[in-house]
Amino acid sequence: MSHVTAAPTAARPPRAGRPADPSPRPRARGDRGTLILLLPALVPVLLFSVGPLLYGIYLSFTDARGGRNAVISFVGLKNFGDVLADTDFWSSFKIGLIWAVSVTVLQFLAALGLALLLNQNLRLRTLARVLAMAPWAMPPIVIGLMWRLVYHPNAGVLNAVLQDVHLLDHNVDWLNDFGTALPAIIVVGVWTGMPQTTVVLLAGLQGVPKELHEAAAVDGASVWRRFWNVTLPQLRPVIVTITALDFVWNINQFAMVYALTQGGPGGRTRLPMLFAYEEAFRYGFFGYAAALGVAITIVVLVVLGFYLWRQMKESR
Amino acid sequence: MKTTLKYAGLLGYLVFLVFPLLWLLSTAFKTPREMATLHPRWIPHHPTLRNFSDAFAAQDLTGSALRSLIVAVSVAVLTVAIALPAAYALARRRSVLNRIAIGWVLVSQVFPVVLIIIPLFIILRRLDLVNTLPGLVLVHVTFVLPFALWMLQGYVRGVPRELEEAAAVDGAGRIRTLVNVVAPLLAPGVVAALLFSFISSWNEFFFALVILKDPDKATLPLTLVKFTGAEQAARLGPLAAASLLATVPSLVFFAIIQRRLRSGLTAGAVKG
Repeated sequence: MSHVTAAPTAARPPRAGRPADPSPRPRARGDRGTLILLLPALVPVLLFSVGPLLYGIYLSFTDARGGRNAVISFVGLKNFGDVLADTDFWSSFKIGLIWAVSVTVLQFLAALGLALLLNQNLRLRTLARVLAMAPWAMPPIVIGLMWRLVYHPNAGVLNAVLQDVHLLDHNVDWLNDFGTALPAIIVVGVWTGMPQTTVVLLAGLQGVPKELHEAAAVDGASVWRRFWNVTLPQLRPVIVTITALDFVWNINQFAMVYALTQGGPGGRTRLPMLFAYEEAFRYGFFGYAAALGVAITIVVLVVLGFYLWRQMKESR
Repeated sequence: MKTTLKYAGLLGYLVFLVFPLLWLLSTAFKTPREMATLHPRWIPHHPTLRNFSDAFAAQDLTGSALRSLIVAVSVAVLTVAIALPAAYALARRRSVLNRIAIGWVLVSQVFPVVLIIIPLFIILRRLDLVNTLPGLVLVHVTFVLPFALWMLQGYVRGVPRELEEAAAVDGAGRIRTLVNVVAPLLAPGVVAALLFSFISSWNEFFFALVILKDPDKATLPLTLVKFTGAEQAARLGPLAAASLLATVPSLVFFAIIQRRLRSGLTAGAVKG
């Protein structure tokens, strides 16, 4: 957990850690006032977010079922044993990792390129900025449906265009073909997440002091060297934060893929969230699905922790 | 030469970003007959509005849009009403609570929603809130709250403390200072938080899928998914038309707040 909060803290100026309370007023009274103001926000978060989370972790050690009057009894680590033995889940999890890593990496590379372009004085810049926002605002379900239209075997634009330029001589059913389904949804994932990543990287780029670039240019550093030795190191905290968040968001993706493929064909795009959803709400295995949720969380935390640890070690 | 390369790059991005949107637009105005032709084209041959009326006839779009509207408006109002005092408290006194709140915003991202939705479903069932719009509102508020809080906190920070102190010196009471001095300056932030909460709720699918089982209760995203059933080429028109309509409110609101959302998000990502 603390790894996640560590990322943005790393970007903070070192001394801003915990400033002394600047208010000269007596503390005790102020704290009570603060608590009253915070209470309306605290209660729902505790009751419907923190509470359920803890309850969910408890459920992962039980045999809870979906039925209304099902008796819940403690089964220890049984669910986790089942998770480890569940080959269907692990193949779904493997797909989830391939998906999340590819989307995060491609998203980042695409967004970095776009952010670098938008940071220049080019025409069309404003237009590009506005257009880049669209995927961010659209309902994920609509994004899924829209790309279904693009990928449609007969009426889709992709097959038409590819045949026009003679890259293809027959119609491909992109979302139903075992080989193309996963790459196809990865493209949609990149399209969807690129804007947000671009915006964050762009803000980071604008925070790189101009003087550094100018000094490097005076010293005769090429554009490429300046990018590699000045821009990237300055951008590092931002990059680490946004890629870590993107990874988490991507591995937890549900709606868009549900609209695109519902996990098909033959489970080739069944991300872990879709798998766990089916276990819980189609088959009613609440306890088991909760254990899947815990297992996913643990793996994500390990991956994230390793990534952030390496980044911090390297930046030292 | 180098500039040309840059423009080529930018153009590439524009094409990638825009072509699915244009295709959605194009499909929404095509006749079923044209959809069945061998080689699909960009500009509809005989543009038609029939897909829109067909979409309304095929699914309960009006009803689900209305329900989505009720949910999203309730979520927006409730979220901001709850978040505003908390944001004020957090921004004005940088206590441990502040760090915990920000920490929770980030930590809550890591947990898969599946882990939370199962216990939440059991709790809501006990409260008889499954299959009800208030149940969905409750869940949406909880999940929009952290980010709204974060946004609003930034706006409160933007109001100089000296202004409040000056008003206090001038003899204005605590409440009067808040109403007459702080509130007007926070108005833009409140609007942004309202619109952000509205969009989040309007777009949300997963919780709605789990909580609203009854087709008569479906919100817009749930109804949209029903268009994917039998997918002959002829049915794609209404699907596109309905998708287009569902996107309009989000796009309009987003256009209004995008600059603010951008600064809010990036301030968070860069400064923590």
